[in-house]
Amino acid sequence: MSDVSLTVNGKRVSGSAEDRTLLVHFLREHLGLTGTHVGCDTSQCGACVVHVDGRAVKSCTMLAVQASGSTIVTIEGLANGAELHPVQAAFKEHHGLQCGFCTPGMIMTATDMIARHPEGLDEATVRTELEGNICRCTGYHNIVKAILAASQTMAKGSKGKAKQAA
Amino acid sequence: MGIEGVGARVARKEDKRFITGGGRYVDDMVVPGMKHAVFVRSPHAHAQIKKIDVKKAQGMPGVVGVLTGKELKADGIGNLICGWMIHSKDGTPMKMGAWSPLAVDKVRYVGDAVVIVVADTKGQARDAAEAVEITYKELKAVVDATKAIQSGAPQVHAEAENNLIFDWELGDGKATDAAIKSAAHVTRMKIVNNRLVPNAMEPRAALGHYDKAEDHYTCWTTSQNPHVARLVMSAFYNVAPENKLRVIAPDVGGGFGSKIYIYPEEIVCLWASKKTGVPVKWVADRTESFLADAHGRDHVSMVEMAFDKDNRITGLKVDTIANLGAYMSLFSSCVPTYLYATLLSGQYNIPAIHANVRTVYTNTAPVDAYRGAGRPEATYLLERTMETAARELGVSPAELRRKNFITSFPHQTPVIMNYDAGDYSASLDAAMKAADYAGFTRRKADAAKRGKLRGIGMSCYIEACGLAPSSAVGSLGAGVGLWESAEVRVNAVGTIEVLTGSHSHGQGHETTFAQLVTQRFGVPIDSVSIVHGDTDKVQMGMGTYGSRSGAVGMSAIAKALDKVEAKAKKIAAHLLEADEGDIVIENGEFKVAGTDKSLPWFQVALAAYTAHNLPAGMEPGLKETAFYDPANFTFPAGCYISEVEIDPETGVTDIIQFVAADDFGNIINPMIVEGQVHGGIAQGIGQALLEGAHYDGSGQLLTASYMDYTMPRAGDLPSFKVSTSNTPCPSNPLGIKGCGEAGAIGSPPAIINAITDALGVVDIAMPASPSTVWSAIRAKK
Repeated sequence: MSDVSLTVNGKRVSGSAEDRTLLVHFLREHLGLTGTHVGCDTSQCGACVVHVDGRAVKSCTMLAVQASGSTIVTIEGLANGAELHPVQAAFKEHHGLQCGFCTPGMIMTATDMIARHPEGLDEATVRTELEGNICRCTGYHNIVKAILAASQTMAKGSKGKAKQAA
Repeated sequence: MGIEGVGARVARKEDKRFITGGGRYVDDMVVPGMKHAVFVRSPHAHAQIKKIDVKKAQGMPGVVGVLTGKELKADGIGNLICGWMIHSKDGTPMKMGAWSPLAVDKVRYVGDAVVIVVADTKGQARDAAEAVEITYKELKAVVDATKAIQSGAPQVHAEAENNLIFDWELGDGKATDAAIKSAAHVTRMKIVNNRLVPNAMEPRAALGHYDKAEDHYTCWTTSQNPHVARLVMSAFYNVAPENKLRVIAPDVGGGFGSKIYIYPEEIVCLWASKKTGVPVKWVADRTESFLADAHGRDHVSMVEMAFDKDNRITGLKVDTIANLGAYMSLFSSCVPTYLYATLLSGQYNIPAIHANVRTVYTNTAPVDAYRGAGRPEATYLLERTMETAARELGVSPAELRRKNFITSFPHQTPVIMNYDAGDYSASLDAAMKAADYAGFTRRKADAAKRGKLRGIGMSCYIEACGLAPSSAVGSLGAGVGLWESAEVRVNAVGTIEVLTGSHSHGQGHETTFAQLVTQRFGVPIDSVSIVHGDTDKVQMGMGTYGSRSGAVGMSAIAKALDKVEAKAKKIAAHLLEADEGDIVIENGEFKVAGTDKSLPWFQVALAAYTAHNLPAGMEPGLKETAFYDPANFTFPAGCYISEVEIDPETGVTDIIQFVAADDFGNIINPMIVEGQVHGGIAQGIGQALLEGAHYDGSGQLLTASYMDYTMPRAGDLPSFKVSTSNTPCPSNPLGIKGCGEAGAIGSPPAIINAITDALGVVDIAMPASPSTVWSAIRAKK
């Protein structure tokens, strides 16, 4: 057993886990954060994507003990209180989800993708960057649409903020 | 149409929980004292079980139970059943081999469950499962259905000689043979429909909880039809009587057919919970899903299509071998028969059709309905043959189809179905226009200049949805009726709960069903809640598959709404001192036509429950139930066109454009309908280009992970051009046809027709992977 200390969605948490416990299982079973899902055994599907120290990580590729000391954001911590994150809002507006199982991973990947492309995104880039996330319901059509729309919304938002600052 | 009513693009009510991590799937459920299960599965495709030694496993840390099939049988748990009886053409019933939830004497496919291990943690259960010692005597296996029916092949079940389950036929053989004999032209093809793995993103899971004090079971399960699960587990598996068994299918992460069936795991978890005295949860890992979920398709067919000198089809003869795997899954027998051969007329006037279908056991995972179920196989066969015929006859594929379209309705086909409505030319025209079909020659020439091979392909599909008239399916062998139920509860404050036997696992029922209520009563959509997926809440229902939730499930709701409306109008008329016939409902108010007298919706609801002033003799309350049994199947149809560009150096196929023009009848929410089409097309493109379940000769599944089985990813697909033309369905009160399977049915032949067009070859195997395409190009040179 190992001690694990994390900051998850802004809260300090600690616990003890078997050495073999994956981060995803620690989040789901020890912390009850079941929004992060497990869809495969080979780190292919991306349903388990969370942000570790600001970067999108498949939480099934990391041991909980490896993550100790890190700052984690999961799908449960993305919204600002009752206000949805622009990526969450865009998924709803553009029908970017059906069964909802891949959705948390998709949204966490998309958020990271938008942050890494401040210059903006195009369809081909979004499709390439979604390589690590599998959806069986939507055919990706509306996921791509939602990510492009969120990217634009967020670019406008940050320009607005920049103007205010000036 | 209001902004929240029928026809509006209402954003989904259910999305809030899914986008914030608040979805509740079976794996998210925690019950006090819950333990975790792992199944020990057969590593062999075919073997006798000589000995099972569980002693070592029982002593492992955290283990609370290691249970075998012998104990399960001793407790009287029944074998799995197939719920649709098919008789061979000689009149004998299908040969059903026994399927024990845990194998006792013999294993028949890799993944066959043998032992359940229950422990404090999943890790401990996994460790203990490794310590279970099973001695097998390996037997020769057979995986290819065409080989399995040859004499001398390994026998999967003693009950089925030469592994033949049934040899069934439909249609007029003599008339069809005569048509072929006198034809001006006959197109002949061998058509192979590749085996697929459904791959809902949420792996199957079950949580069984036996409450000793109440002598009552609860099963949380990833099911598309929890009531059917309860019925079957009670009536056939002796788990518990229905009143002692509650089945809950909470949020379910996709189904595509694979979660219709009652699998061994949920039965065993319930039984193991009683046996061990603790709640038992099992969640499949992905490789288990590949091994033990029901697979789809896997047909090999010979087809002959006869034409007269004017290129009109005069006959169609089909001989199909369908691989049903190691056991007959719940609806496996109806898929290659009544969901397949009945659709072989397609959109065409065909005077004579004969289909012969042989179903076969092999040492592979059971095969059952997967998105489309039989209809994709029929469409693929027909549309590949039409395309080849057009090339052989030297005529335009579009005009050959158009010439043979059915144009007057109702139309009785020679294979049972009676098409009620359709406009096939409209879909064809819409698709050709959207695809700029006329400009293809120029685009092909441009591509050739760049050294690329361009092809275009179309597919005109039809399917039968809205399953199904109970008496009709009963007469064809179904063990159940396929009606749907609904209960509409208007609460005293005017909010409304709709209880439905349909189950949503991505389809958006919480929104579309509420739109129907909003349309009818003018109440805000947020005041309407949809309740489903729990046998303790909803009395009975048949679940969701075959695009039945709109055509059948919503029709039941519409019937219940009729009753609520009638009673509410009586109350309103009484309170407003008006004639009942003068009451109209507008924008959430009861009005007396031609006057300014009105009552808000909630006041009528309240009056129904205070019962202070109701019409004489009226019962208090405002709650109505309806069962709806459809009058006919519905017949969605459409035309899909794909244009591909192939790099001859690599064999990689790029989809340049994919156009879908569908006729789904009336539409409740176009946004959700388009989403269904997108997803279906992606699965169809997956079948055509990427996906294939492959067993080696010894019965090992070579494609049992996402490293080996190619799932369509965002980069493999284009954005789709979809449109609808709506010929209302005359067979149900809402005019709905259904849209769930169309994409998966119509797209594979459109893609393969485009690839064979680009390459100038007659056929290419699915999946047309780069290596397959590259080899086809080399073979031609």
